[in-house]
Amino acid sequence: MPRIWKFGDSINTDDILPGKYAPFMVGEDKFHTYAFAHFRPEFAPNYQPGDILVAGRNTGLGSSREYAPEALRKLGLRAIIAKSYARIFYRNLVNLGIMPFEAPQVVDALHDGDEVSLEFENGVLHKGSETFQLAPPPEFLLEALREGSILEYYKRHGKFPGESA
Amino acid sequence: MGLTLAEKILSQRAGKTVQAGELVVVEVDQVMVVDSIAGSFFKRLEQLQATPRHPEKVAIVIDHVAPAANVEVATAQKNIREWGAKYGCTVFDVGRGICHQVLIEERLALPGGIVLGSDSHSTTYGAVACFGTGMGATDIALAAASGRTWLRVPESVKVTFKGKLAAGATAKDAALEMVRVLSADGATYMSVEIHLEDGAEGLSRSERMTLANLTVEAGAKCGLVIPSGEILSEYPVPEWLYPDPDAVYINRVEIDLSTLTPRVSVPFYVDNVEPVEKVMGKKVDQVFVGTCTNGRLDDLHEVAEVLKGRRVAQGVRMLIIPASSQVLEAATADGTLLTLLQAGATLGTPGCGPCMGRHQGVLAPGEVCVSTSNRNFRGRMGAADAEIYLASPRVAAATAIAGFITTPERLEEVTA
Repeated sequence: MPRIWKFGDSINTDDILPGKYAPFMVGEDKFHTYAFAHFRPEFAPNYQPGDILVAGRNTGLGSSREYAPEALRKLGLRAIIAKSYARIFYRNLVNLGIMPFEAPQVVDALHDGDEVSLEFENGVLHKGSETFQLAPPPEFLLEALREGSILEYYKRHGKFPGESA
Repeated sequence: MGLTLAEKILSQRAGKTVQAGELVVVEVDQVMVVDSIAGSFFKRLEQLQATPRHPEKVAIVIDHVAPAANVEVATAQKNIREWGAKYGCTVFDVGRGICHQVLIEERLALPGGIVLGSDSHSTTYGAVACFGTGMGATDIALAAASGRTWLRVPESVKVTFKGKLAAGATAKDAALEMVRVLSADGATYMSVEIHLEDGAEGLSRSERMTLANLTVEAGAKCGLVIPSGEILSEYPVPEWLYPDPDAVYINRVEIDLSTLTPRVSVPFYVDNVEPVEKVMGKKVDQVFVGTCTNGRLDDLHEVAEVLKGRRVAQGVRMLIIPASSQVLEAATADGTLLTLLQAGATLGTPGCGPCMGRHQGVLAPGEVCVSTSNRNFRGRMGAADAEIYLASPRVAAATAIAGFITTPERLEEVTA
């Protein structure tokens, strides 16, 4: 069963992937193994695909480096639940097909190591006998996610979601 | 209801009045790509099966690790040169300088324009009232392929700087104070609209760049300085490029420059801003002057003024990295460089230097660095426990001479 990896407030992109481990420094095949290398070195070796990251306020502040969330995606991350997100990080998550749920109360109810299951499409989270409903991202982003990614959406339609043709 | 500057720019571009909260898809004037994400950018374009729609509006800057530090980086940068030649996109190569400085110098970011950069400090273009914002590789690739991007029209925070800078205070101190007051997520998703009044209009383009640069440390989407002073004489500023007097702001902040004192941002968050007195005497191993925040000619002048006739303290490494080749050339021509070198400073290639901990001055475990840059996150410049204190070039220079955090004024007292 997927587990929760819980972090606090203000997890920044240097925490998620230090600049010196960027793919163009260490190689496309290795960079993801350095996720949280400084801050939580046990994360990358023990993370199992489908595990959920839970974090506090201003998650992902800092650099625009898409390879930070890409490292998490490469490890198998499909969803983050946080109290709030930094702007560029939020866009990057959506663009990589990682669902950014914003749910402050749910964050407080979840603990590191909790075993959970997430119905990815409708945002229903189960923890033991408890059930949480997570609010989905805005509709125009879901429109892109439903086609796989915004890249796929643009390739197919030649326009952005919500843009008149 | 009046419009903010961000709403004015996006309305003008959308061809209709748009207000905070609306989604718009707009044409962009310039797409800026940095070396560290160029590989991802190329890959995304391949996934899109697309090439740049307007190659002349795409520039790639080799600055984040310049010159290359290892074979991986050298290979990535070789690919950039080949790709640029193939598709007709400008490549600003090793030594030309930091992306944001280069775009301003090359006048690729202009008042009323929209520039997307693959670097979070793209807010810097707001110094000339250009809507500059940072995005990741996928968004940047989509913008290159389509010539457009989607944006949510941001709410705005009004930050008014009043008066002339007090002696000893700089635009960096003003910017750090702004981040402290707003906090690290106080302007998330928003436009920080910077109004300069009662003498603050005298701030130069370089000083405005420092202010706009640091707005992203409060979470901002863009940081727009209302055109005034030398911007009006140096740039064509469209008639419509002003916020309406009845524009709607979500928050208002006022900072008095005439009573401002030197500030320092203390590890490990940028909004951890304290008066310099709080950390005075902290022993340092390295001082770094440079970056898109404070690596310009006026910054080097301030450093030279403090360093003139003095020597960098024993055991302290002082690294100076000009923001661009133009800055380096000017600092050479006017003798500034000689003053810096005679004091014992050492010089790096124009570019980002050690700011993100990749080369040219990475920190060892336990080391302390005073830096004129913009981020002091844990592990940012090297070892996870190394400490970065963000300060103005003046405080950085005085610290290099003393070997511990201090100000030029205090240095005078000690040596008098």
